[in-house]
Amino acid sequence: MRRRAKIRSVVVGTIAILLSVIVFIVPFAFIFLMAGKTPAEASLFGFSLPTEWALWENITEVLTIRNGLVVRAFINSTVITVLSVTLMVIFAAMVGYVLQRRRSRWNPTVNFLVLAGLIVPPAVVPTIWVMQALGIFKTIPGMIFIQATFGLSFCVLLFRAFVSTIPKELDEAATIDGAGPLRVFFGVVAPLLRPAMVTVVVVQAVNVFNDFTGPLYFLPGDENATVQLTLYNFQSQTLNQWNLLFTDILLITIPPLVMYIFFNRQIVAGMTSGAVKG
Amino acid sequence: MAQAVIDPGVTKKRRSVRSIYPTWFYLPAGLLYVVLFAIPTFASFYFAFTRWSLQDVEFTGMQNFITFFSEPQLRTGFINTFIYGFVTSGFKVVLGLALALLLTSQLIARGYLRSVVFFPVLVSAIGVGITFKVLMDPFDGLINSSLATLGITGPAWLTDPQWALFSVALIDVWKGVGIATLIYIAGLAAIPTEYYEAAKVDGAGGWKNFRHITLPLVRPATATVVLLSLIGGLRSFDLIWATTRGGPGFTSDVIASVIYKQYQAGFYGLSTAGNVVLFIVVTAIVIPVSYLLNRREVER
Repeated sequence: MRRRAKIRSVVVGTIAILLSVIVFIVPFAFIFLMAGKTPAEASLFGFSLPTEWALWENITEVLTIRNGLVVRAFINSTVITVLSVTLMVIFAAMVGYVLQRRRSRWNPTVNFLVLAGLIVPPAVVPTIWVMQALGIFKTIPGMIFIQATFGLSFCVLLFRAFVSTIPKELDEAATIDGAGPLRVFFGVVAPLLRPAMVTVVVVQAVNVFNDFTGPLYFLPGDENATVQLTLYNFQSQTLNQWNLLFTDILLITIPPLVMYIFFNRQIVAGMTSGAVKG
Repeated sequence: MAQAVIDPGVTKKRRSVRSIYPTWFYLPAGLLYVVLFAIPTFASFYFAFTRWSLQDVEFTGMQNFITFFSEPQLRTGFINTFIYGFVTSGFKVVLGLALALLLTSQLIARGYLRSVVFFPVLVSAIGVGITFKVLMDPFDGLINSSLATLGITGPAWLTDPQWALFSVALIDVWKGVGIATLIYIAGLAAIPTEYYEAAKVDGAGGWKNFRHITLPLVRPATATVVLLSLIGGLRSFDLIWATTRGGPGFTSDVIASVIYKQYQAGFYGLSTAGNVVLFIVVTAIVIPVSYLLNRREVER
């Protein structure tokens, strides 16, 4: 019986591995192979090893195209990602904390707004209209605020759930010791929120870094391009340079992949939160 | 307030609660939310009824909505939104649960399989879109050339009006099934093993276990997968724009791509009307579905 189970596990596992290679590994390998080819060879779309590896040449060419547009885009995307995620984490943690701790007549309203933020699609042109009135349309700070706003709801839900696992007595003890609300939150509660914070940071960093729709609407133009926009613009401009296009895909996929390798468990925790409780 | 002045004890107690958990902690997040999300959303309900150039506004009543539903290409986008949303979330539920069952069973290389299913989630929609545009190329693409060696003539995928929307939905499933699988794995792990042991004693086997234990008890996970993929699928824009831009013709347009096209063309009022339609579609589907999924759970 045991033996049969083992044979079964090997057979099913082997089939699953074969299928996974076809369905999931081949597309990734394809990106890499295309990025290593010369323009002529890449335009054939074949799934084959490059006859002549040009990966390094392609990378340098992508990075120097139009005075280093891609490098600037990497800087822009990094700045937007880091700052918007910072805002999201701090602001959402404050909301999640008070929302969980304090029963008040505001709670139903706040809960409703959080869910609305998760479901309602942002109204594009009116948002641009508001941003123009504030003078932050087509600016990096504007994009940071937009990303922070659109990510708030998800973060609040996660923090609210996590705060409930921290004993309330801790805040009360700190208050009796004379700490003000800011000290209590940033000194006592925030450090204990660390696991949730890591999850939020990793999940949202990948989201913001990979976002295409946001920059397309709120940060158009080449001067402040983000990495996803460079990909989109290359697609329309360098029609025959498939090798460069795929080199760009390869380059901008590396940061999220590195994130995943280091924070695999936190990403999983964040994505699956709510699956058990519903 | 008046009462508080009379009774100093109450004031002190209230104040201490107030000062540990101050309402102003809502302020920074609330400010962003109100200015960049709530105000635009409310404003959209006005601008949807206007002809609008960002400088000039002219009230036109229902005109935008009439246009929206009378022009065939816009109506196609409306219908496609439903197809896309339901097809993608249906596939994600079925495949996600199947993969999760496989990946929680005794299996060699389980860790590798779990990571590999999740990898596509990390690639941007536009990167995935471009990659599949090449893989699905009707003549030279890897998919059709592989099918050809098996003697099958593959469809023209993204460039065939009949297949375009379905092809994008397939790519969407490929990219998103990893999240569904993960959610189901977490849901399956939460089912106490006692149920299966009891079923074994009663002589129940594979299918019965699945039908009467697994399926009812992973319901919270199913609710999460369905709601997440419906919200994402109905609002979907980036993958469609990266692969077909709504084409060929208007056959793979959805409301979100219509909104972008009208915006690009400078019809801001019409674009905003599209936003309002999308808002109604999403809430009209997601809220009843969420109510349904959660209510049944309580009844059980």
